[in-house]
Amino acid sequence: MSYDVPLAEGESVDEIPVDGDQSTGWQLWEVFMRPKRGLAYTHCGSVHAADADSAVLNARDAYTRLGGTASLWVVPSSAIHASDDPASMFEPADDKPYRHPTFYEIPDEVGQL
Amino acid sequence: MTDAADAALVEVLLRHADDNTILGQRLGEYISSAPELEEDLAIANGALDHIGVAMHLYEYAAEIAGGDASVDTYSMWRGEREFTNALIVEQPNTDFAHIVARAFLFGVCQTLLWEQLSRSSDERLAGIAARALKEATYHVTHARSWVVRLGDGTVESHTRMQAAIDEMWRFTGELFEPSDVDPALIDAGVVFEIATTRPQWDATVDAALEEATLTRPEDPYQATGGRSGRHTEHLGRLLAEMQWLQRAYPGASW
Repeated sequence: MSYDVPLAEGESVDEIPVDGDQSTGWQLWEVFMRPKRGLAYTHCGSVHAADADSAVLNARDAYTRLGGTASLWVVPSSAIHASDDPASMFEPADDKPYRHPTFYEIPDEVGQL
Repeated sequence: MTDAADAALVEVLLRHADDNTILGQRLGEYISSAPELEEDLAIANGALDHIGVAMHLYEYAAEIAGGDASVDTYSMWRGEREFTNALIVEQPNTDFAHIVARAFLFGVCQTLLWEQLSRSSDERLAGIAARALKEATYHVTHARSWVVRLGDGTVESHTRMQAAIDEMWRFTGELFEPSDVDPALIDAGVVFEIATTRPQWDATVDAALEEATLTRPEDPYQATGGRSGRHTEHLGRLLAEMQWLQRAYPGASW
């Protein structure tokens, strides 16, 4: 969707920033949620927002309504650098069971390592 | 409590319940029309918060009043003159700036109200207020961020945000009118005089307007009447839409 932003008297087009999503000027943010203190943040989705502060608010409204959230991170999607070519990156590790510590018993009391 | 005190408490509960019912319905109208999906979610969340608070207050009022009083009879079977909400919550959505201005100016007052009532000697009311306070605090955070962003944004957004603040301003005085609440309720610490929080409201609103580069309106005219059932022309249409199903099919449920 695109439309002309109405200009007020004395305003020029140059003053209206257009970054990211061209339809709204809002960029995409990845949302990471931590269910409680001590646990790791996990990715739960993404939101559009004009800046980091409003991204946190939008993430709150989009992903935390059902409760169970201790805190949120938002990261510009453009800052995420993803891996490529799964064949050469990850498959070489699949047939090397000797890399796993499976040759000794871990006592239950140790819990999550 | 005496019968008179019971009746006075019901009146207070209905007043605050009506505020939240009508604002919840108004915000509900806007669902699917926000500028972005994320804002739609935020506004829908807010609408549900308001309706939730209203429900708890109606339930409590119905228990005190007894008879056939219920959440449904209060919300669906009273007419325009029987609703005692403040005029600001029934004002039309107009545009996003008006929604934000209304949410902010009314929301700050709600946080002060719930903060007061969370100290009520009536435990049930204090519990409802404590929960509502957390929700209202978020509503203000959300609305304030937009007041500042739009006010201190482009010339277009500034102009429209200022127009919305100007439009809503005449309905803010009513929020702090000395209430005609039974003094016995105040003496018993059940409810408090909201007018005493006005300086805090002024300070909070002024700080936001300044950060948003907006001008505090000087319009001396302040509308009133909502608390005694004398409303603007907008409430009747809102109620018609909200109540038609219950009135066309009495007792309908799902």
